[in-house]
Amino acid sequence: MVEHRTTYMTDAIGPLPYCPGCGHHFVIKALDKALVNLQLDPKEVVIVTDIGCIGLSDRYFVTNAFHGLHGRSITYGCGLKLARPELTVIVLAGDGGCGIGGAHLLNVARRNIGVTLIVANNFNYGMTGGQHSVTTPVGGVTTTTPWGNVEGPMDLCGTAVAAGAAWVARSTMFEKNLADTMTDAIKQPGFAMLDVWELCTAYYSPRNQLKKKDVDTLLDRYDCKLGVLADNPRPEYSESYREAYKAGSTATRTKTSIEQRFTSKVTKQTGIVIAGNAGQKIKSTATLFAQAAMSAGLAATQKDDYPITVMTGHSLAEIILSPQRIDYTAIETPDHLVLISAEGLERIRSRIGDLPQTSTIYTDENLDVPPTGARVVRLPLAATAAKIGRLSIAVIALGAVLKDTGMFPTEAFATAITMFQGAKIAEVNLKAVEAGASLVHPDETSSAP
Amino acid sequence: MGREFLEGNEAIARGAMKAECDFFAGYPITPASSILHYMLQLAPQIGGVAIQAEDEIASMGLCIAAAMAGRRAMTATSGPGISLYSESVGLAQIGETPMVIVNVQRQGPATGSATKGAEGDIQFTRWVTSGGLPIIALSPATVGESYELTYRAFNLAEQYRSPVFLLTSKEIGVTRESVDLDEIELPPLARRKLVEPGKTYLPHAFEHSKDVPAFSEFGGDHVARFTTSTHDQAGYLTSKPGVVQEMIDHYAAKIDTAADDMALVKEDRQDGAKTVIISYGITSRSAAVAVEQARSRGLKVSSLVLQTLWPTPERAVLSALDGVTRAVVPEMNMGQYLLEIERLAPPGVEVVGVNKMDTALISPAEILQAVEP
Ligand SMILES: Cc1ncc(C[n+]2csc(CCOP(=O)(O)OP(=O)(O)O)c2C)c(N)n1
Ligand code: SF4
Ligand SMILES: [Mg+2]
Repeated sequence: MVEHRTTYMTDAIGPLPYCPGCGHHFVIKALDKALVNLQLDPKEVVIVTDIGCIGLSDRYFVTNAFHGLHGRSITYGCGLKLARPELTVIVLAGDGGCGIGGAHLLNVARRNIGVTLIVANNFNYGMTGGQHSVTTPVGGVTTTTPWGNVEGPMDLCGTAVAAGAAWVARSTMFEKNLADTMTDAIKQPGFAMLDVWELCTAYYSPRNQLKKKDVDTLLDRYDCKLGVLADNPRPEYSESYREAYKAGSTATRTKTSIEQRFTSKVTKQTGIVIAGNAGQKIKSTATLFAQAAMSAGLAATQKDDYPITVMTGHSLAEIILSPQRIDYTAIETPDHLVLISAEGLERIRSRIGDLPQTSTIYTDENLDVPPTGARVVRLPLAATAAKIGRLSIAVIALGAVLKDTGMFPTEAFATAITMFQGAKIAEVNLKAVEAGASLVHPDETSSAP
Repeated sequence: MGREFLEGNEAIARGAMKAECDFFAGYPITPASSILHYMLQLAPQIGGVAIQAEDEIASMGLCIAAAMAGRRAMTATSGPGISLYSESVGLAQIGETPMVIVNVQRQGPATGSATKGAEGDIQFTRWVTSGGLPIIALSPATVGESYELTYRAFNLAEQYRSPVFLLTSKEIGVTRESVDLDEIELPPLARRKLVEPGKTYLPHAFEHSKDVPAFSEFGGDHVARFTTSTHDQAGYLTSKPGVVQEMIDHYAAKIDTAADDMALVKEDRQDGAKTVIISYGITSRSAAVAVEQARSRGLKVSSLVLQTLWPTPERAVLSALDGVTRAVVPEMNMGQYLLEIERLAPPGVEVVGVNKMDTALISPAEILQAVEP
């Protein structure tokens, strides 16, 4: 039997450090009462505090305490809760913390991570000397609004409700039922926020003659109600996360390893650049080609070049094959340049003129290849793709390259296609390999003009 | 598993899983996003959680808290995200939080070139946060090393209760290579030292400055305390100068005194060489080709490749500098680790940078030019 606790606070480090009359006293006392109401094991409770006067409080509790950076307390609460959903996580933040950490407030509400957020809302930054915050009323005099605040205040509760918070309530330091409301907040399985309006007796109250009765006037002025403002329970995030994973992750890992089954004729590091455009499966075809080379015992690397908007513009893939380890992964002089589209050609045009005799350009017959020292092989790539399949143009081109160079058997390419592609696509691409290979007749390849 | 055709980022995710990483939070950014994608697939398989956070600050907040609740946490981003991680890295330091932070470097500053590589964050990593305390950072050069060093980064994080950076780059992260991960030898998995149940828990207890405090997780056998504020061994706020200095000395000593244990380097020394190339990351691969070409021309040249960048593997660097008159330091930045080599170089050793930031790799020829000007 666990002993009944009459308090969750310790006086070992003295009294709370707050100014006389500071509303934080009331919030902390109410939290202690709420914990007594709930009789939780202190080891199962974490009090997470933000920076600000309110954040000086966690060490007065006998529970776990997590005091982090200004405005980020919600993220720590969420991290603790995601890591250990069984913990009771209570985040104490000021209005300042909710301002700088606004994105976290929106997201914890939206995600419904089961932390309880208690806002000690005193309409200004107490700790740093009474500057205005996101909740300072219009006209409010603060250190940084000496002529009265002209910024409209943010309704924290309304914001949380709009973001989808499962449970939201507002109270004040003077409400008799503050501890009970807090108890209810902590009991919520999902995200719960309690906004507590209070006095900063050092700054905001004296400067704005804000006393107990004026808090009610302020509530009326902004049409802000007390009590529970939203109560829409829905599954807590960790629960939803596990459910979604269980339902979605039926797929088993596909095989990605490649055994050597073929041999290659590649004796030195060989650079291949494939230049096409988006939608031509340049990158994935290059990957298959490299995997095929690996099945012929070669080492391979692949780098891609494409605009950040992936469905338009050029798409280049650079493959290096080598019988040895590949160190330097840039291709300074491509041994084989495969030109599939006009956009691809444009992207690499400036490098074509300097290509030496030892390089070969495999190009679609309709592309206007600039003068070059390289051997040029013109092929009806687009025309063949029109017959076999538009998405297979890169496979056709590489089928031709393989036939022409004999780097490794076209069979290796076909095997990689069968191994890594879905049956339907593979069927088309197997034809494409053959069609590509048949475009090349050893004696007919034209050389540079 | 056999040979696979993997990009560096996937190898990082696989290395993390090998290290039993069961918490990941990250925010999408090229060229690091695919680590988030892989982790979303992999982490739940071992009961872990991977989540796309609302921003990089939240990524760090989630990871730090999860790590303090006993998880093995990792996050990944690129330069712009590291800027947003900055304050939180300090939090992980002062809280002695074990976690791994991956930086897939890209061309900066600012948004720079999202899809282009650079190594511009080397000193940024060293001085990433306020206070200037020592940092641990490992830097892979290949896809295979991305796997290995991610795993080792977890080991260091756990052993030293410290955030550990993995400094890779676009050129490794999103380049595919043929690799067999199973062939890579790994040390045994390290786990943070725990306080025994029943014993009192001081979250930052040490007898000698360099001791790594035993750990107890939030929600575990002890009441735990964590604070961003200057604190004593019990995790209580303090302003006593003596205690404050003691704590600072402790954070520094536990890493600095372990520098030799953390030093991962690859040395290729040639007898009689008067020049050494000191490199790291993707550029070390150009250096390897340069060394080969230099030697094939009859030149004598040594090479030191650093996998640990911070804390500086001083002993290895000093030994590499011993007996040479010239140290060539190629980097895809305007000269950052160069400063470290200059700091260590004895009189009579000329330290020469090979630097560019035009997004292209530094070529072996460019390095050779500096070897033999
Ligand atoms: C990143 C950062 N910016 C600024 C500060 C300085 N700072 C400390 S507390 C605070 C405001 C606290 O106000 P609030 O959250 O309302 O708490 P209160 O002091 O009123 O309880 C600020 C701006 C900080 N600690 N960290
Ligand atoms: S400055 Fe304001 S918020 Fe801070 S303790 Fe004093 S009254 Fe309270
Ligand atoms: Mg405040």
